[in-house]
Amino acid sequence: MTIGVVVFPGSNCDRDVRWASEGCLGFTTRFLWHETTDLSGLDAIVLPGGFSYGDYLRCGAIARFAPVLESLVEFVNKGGRVLGICNGFQILTELGLLPGALTRNRGLNFICENMALKINSERSNWFCDRNVGEQISLPIAHGEGCYQCSTDTLHKLQDEDSIALRYIDNPNGSVFDIAGITNSKGNVLGLMPHPERACDPITGGIDGRMILRGLIHN
Amino acid sequence: MANFQASVLVSLRPSVLDPAGEAARSAAARLGIDGIKKLRIGKSVVLEIDAPNEAEAKRKIQLLADRLLANPVIEDWSFDLQTTP
Repeated sequence: MTIGVVVFPGSNCDRDVRWASEGCLGFTTRFLWHETTDLSGLDAIVLPGGFSYGDYLRCGAIARFAPVLESLVEFVNKGGRVLGICNGFQILTELGLLPGALTRNRGLNFICENMALKINSERSNWFCDRNVGEQISLPIAHGEGCYQCSTDTLHKLQDEDSIALRYIDNPNGSVFDIAGITNSKGNVLGLMPHPERACDPITGGIDGRMILRGLIHN
Repeated sequence: MANFQASVLVSLRPSVLDPAGEAARSAAARLGIDGIKKLRIGKSVVLEIDAPNEAEAKRKIQLLADRLLANPVIEDWSFDLQTTP
C-alpha cells in the first residue's frame, strides 16, 4: 500500500500527512514534487493543505496547472482514490474534479478550531464503518473555506449523495453547511477539515484516521 | 506582430458573498461617507500581449480570463483592449 503526497511550493501540511499515514497508520508514503508526472506504484494520492504558490490569484488557481495534476486527472479517471485537504480541496475545485468553489470565510477571520461534523454520506466508503448521521471531530484551519455553488450544483450533489461531511455549527458560511464533498464516482474526496491533524492521540482525537484509511477502500 | 495592452476586470458574481466588500463598506461609513448602497471588490489585471491581429489578441485574452484569471463558478470578467503604438 503506497500513498503519494503532492508537494507544491507553499504546501505546509505535507509532512503532517506523511506522519499520519506512515507514522500512525503504517502506509508507505512517498512525496511527489509538483513537477513530476510519474505516479507509478501509487495506490492513492493526497493533496495536502497549505498555500500552494502563495495562494496568488485565487487559492489553488496556479497549482491547478502543475504537471503532477495532469497525471492526477488520469489517475482519477482510472478510478484511483484522491483526497484533497483544505488547500487540496481548493485545488480540486479549481481543477474541475469537484464542483463549486471555496471563497473567503463569511466572518473574514482565519479560523483554527476543532469542529463538530456530521457524516452525511457513506456512499463512497471514505468513513470506514461509521454511519450516516454520526458525529466526528476534526480541526479546521482556513481563511477561505466558504463553499459556494449554484443551486443546480447543490441539487446535483444532493441527488448523487455526494455531500460527504457537514458542519454542525457552520463556521464560515458554506452553502448547506458543506465541509466536504465527493465527485459523482466517489473516488475523489475534498474537505476543509484536516484529518491528518487528528490521527495521533498526543494531539487530540483520532477521528482523522478513518478518512486516511478510506484512501485504501475501494 | 502587433502589441496590445489589455485591462481585464474580474468581479464576483452577484450571487456570491463578498465579506471583504461588506467590511470595506462599513469602514467607508466610519470615514463619514454615507449612502454607499453596494460595494463589491474585484481584481484588475493589466497585461501586454503580442498577437498578429486584434481578433487573435481577443481570443488569447478570453481564454486567459476564462481559464486562469477568473473562476467562472464565482466570478465574471470583462476586458478592454488597446493597440500599443
